[in-house]
Amino acid sequence: MSPTDGTRIDSRFAACAKENRPTLVTFITAGDPDLETSLEILKALPGAGADVIELGMPFSDPMAEGPMIQLATQRALAAGQTMKKTLSMVHAFRETDADTPIMLMGYYNPIYAYGNDTFLKDAREAGVDGLIVVDLSPEEDSELCIPAIKAGINFIRLATPTTDDARLPAVLANTSGFVYYVSITGITGTATPDAHRVAEAVTRIKGHTKLPVAVGFGVKSAAQASEIGRNAAGVVVGSAIVNAVRESLDAQNRATETTVSAVKELVADLARGVHAARSQAAE
Amino acid sequence: MSQKPNTLRSGPDDTGHFGIFGGRFVAETLMPLILELEKAYEAAKADPAYAAELENLNTHYTGRPSPLYFAERLTGELGGAKIYLKREELNHTGSHKINNCLGQIVLAKRIGKTRIIAETGAGQHGVAAATVCARFSFPCVVYMGATDVERQAPNVVRMKMLGAEVIPVTAGAGTLKDAMNEALRDWVTNVEDTYYLIGTAAGPHPYPEMVRDFQAVIGRETREQIMQAEGRLPDMLIAPVGGGSNAIGLFHPFLDDPDVQIVGVEAGGLGLDGDKHCASLNAGKPGVLHGNRTYLLQDGDGQIYEGHSISAGLDYPGIGPEHSWLNDIGRVKYVPIMDDEALDAFQLLTRVEGIIPALESAHAVAQVVKVAPTMDKDQIIVVSISGRGDKDIFTVGKILGYNL
Repeated sequence: MSPTDGTRIDSRFAACAKENRPTLVTFITAGDPDLETSLEILKALPGAGADVIELGMPFSDPMAEGPMIQLATQRALAAGQTMKKTLSMVHAFRETDADTPIMLMGYYNPIYAYGNDTFLKDAREAGVDGLIVVDLSPEEDSELCIPAIKAGINFIRLATPTTDDARLPAVLANTSGFVYYVSITGITGTATPDAHRVAEAVTRIKGHTKLPVAVGFGVKSAAQASEIGRNAAGVVVGSAIVNAVRESLDAQNRATETTVSAVKELVADLARGVHAARSQAAE
Repeated sequence: MSQKPNTLRSGPDDTGHFGIFGGRFVAETLMPLILELEKAYEAAKADPAYAAELENLNTHYTGRPSPLYFAERLTGELGGAKIYLKREELNHTGSHKINNCLGQIVLAKRIGKTRIIAETGAGQHGVAAATVCARFSFPCVVYMGATDVERQAPNVVRMKMLGAEVIPVTAGAGTLKDAMNEALRDWVTNVEDTYYLIGTAAGPHPYPEMVRDFQAVIGRETREQIMQAEGRLPDMLIAPVGGGSNAIGLFHPFLDDPDVQIVGVEAGGLGLDGDKHCASLNAGKPGVLHGNRTYLLQDGDGQIYEGHSISAGLDYPGIGPEHSWLNDIGRVKYVPIMDDEALDAFQLLTRVEGIIPALESAHAVAQVVKVAPTMDKDQIIVVSISGRGDKDIFTVGKILGYNL
C-alpha cells in the first residue's frame, strides 16, 4: 500500500468513471488577476462543474506555456503573488470544500527556493492532493517526486507525443493519481489537437497503465472536450479559462464584476461538454 | 559524485551532474530529444571522421589556431605581470562562438535534423549560428531579445544577410533569458525536424559538456603556445563569464594544474546591491532554470531577475553548471567587474594595443588592469579576448558622446 493510495484524486476519477463520463480538470493561475478574485474563482469552480482543480504556481519563466498562461502569470506576479499566498488559497478553499482535488502545477525553481521539505509539508497541510512540475523529468525523480509520494501527495507525470513505448515505463514508474497526456508537441493553448491521433495515443498509454489518462494542452471548447472525453478518462482545460479571465478585465488588468461569472459560464459549458461525451458516442 | 578524485576534468557524471549542479530539468516532450542527442554525441566523439571534419573546419574555415599575443604595451602600461591575449576575436565571425557552432552543426547533420534554432544575446552566437547554417545549408531561426536587437544592431544585420530569420522577443526585459525561453518553446513545438544550437555551456545535459568540449580547443592551444613562448604554464588565466563558454574552454585544460590561478569575471553592472548586475556566482543562489541547476539571480520566492550589464553577451541571470561547481569547490575564483570599469578597459586596450575588444572581453581586461600591477614582472597572465568590439562601437560611442 502506497502513501498515495485512495487520495481525493483517485476517488474523484473513480466517481466520474462510475457515471460513465470523463473528469473535467480546470486550470487557473493562482493570483490572477489578484489574490482575492483568484480565490473567488477557485471557490466557484466546483459549483460550475469542475471535477478536479489545477492551480498554477506563477513563475517568471514559464517555458512550456503559450501566450495566454504567460500573460496570466505576469498578471499574478505583478499583483504580488507568492508561493505562500498560493498555498494560503488552497487552505482557504479547503475550509468550505473537503472533496474537490487540487493539484499545484508549475515549475521547479519556486518550489526549490521555498525548500522541498517545507513545501511538501505546507502543501500537505494546506490540502494539496497532487503536483505537476513541468521541468522535473523521471531522470530527476529523487528531487521531489519520491519525497512527494512519501508525503502522501500524488506526482502526476506528463506523457507526450514524443514519449514512445520504450520510454513510457520510465515515465509511468512513479506516476500516481492519473497520467496527463499532452495532446500536441508544443506549448499550452496554441495548436488544436487531432482527436483521432489523441485517441490512438490514449489507447497506447492505457496498454501500459491502469491509471486514468487525462488529456490537455490545446483543449479550448466544450465540443473538443466532449470529443476527446469519449476515449480519455479526463479532459484538462487551461488557456481557454485563463483567457476568459483576461477578456473580463479592464484596461488596467483589474478584475471587473464579470470576471468570476465569465469563468463560471465557461466551466459550466465545458461541464456540459464532458457530461455529453459518452452519450453522444452511444448515439 | 562519480568524478575521479585525482582530476577535476572528468565531469559531468553519467547523469549530467557536476556535483549538485547540471542535470536534465526539461519538459517531457524534450527528454527523448536530449537523450538522443547524448547518444549521438557519444557516438560522434568515438568517430575519428567527426574529429577530422571538425579539425579541418577549425583550421581552414575559422583560421585556428588563434594567436597567443604578448601585449607588450599593455604590460608596460600596467607595470606588472606579462600579459598575453588569447585572440579569439580573430576567429571567423569575430568571436569564440564559431568553435561551438561548427561542432554542433556537424552533429546536427549526423542526426539528420533539417532546421536550426538558436538564442542570442550580443548576437555573437547568433552570427556564428547563422554563419554555419549558411555554410551547411540549413534554415536558421535566431531568437533575440527586443532590447538586444536594438543595442546590437550590426549583428542583427549580419544575421539577416547570412539568411537567418531573426525573431525579436518582447517578453520580460527582452534580453537573453527571454530569448532562451522562446527558443525552448519553438523546440518543444518543432521536435521532429529541429536542432537547438545552444550558444553557451549551459542548458540540460549534454549541452554543458558538449559546448565545453568544443571550446576547450582554446585552452589546449594556449597550453602549447605559452610553452613555446615562455617554456612554462601561466600563473593566471582570466576570462569573462556570462554563460561561460569561452571561460570553460580556456580553463578546462588547466584545471588539474594547481599552480595556475584561474579567474572568471562576472558582469557587476551598476553594482551588486539590488538587481542591476549579472553576477550569478557572487550574488545569486542555486536554482533550476533552462534545463540545469546552477547559480541564478532570483528573489526569495524563486522568481528569476532579468539582470543588467552594459554588455549584452553577459546579460544572463544564470551561468554554466560547471562554473557553479568550480566556484563551490574553490578551484576558480569569480570576481565582478562594473560597467564603468569595463568601459575604461575597452578604451585602454583599444588605445595601447590597437585591439578593440568586445564589451564582454573588456570585463576580463578590466580585471587584468586590477591585478597585473600587483604581480611580479616575471609572472604571466593569459586573458581571453573572446570577441571583437565592432558590434559595440555604437553603444560605447553613445556613452562617450561621439556624434554617430
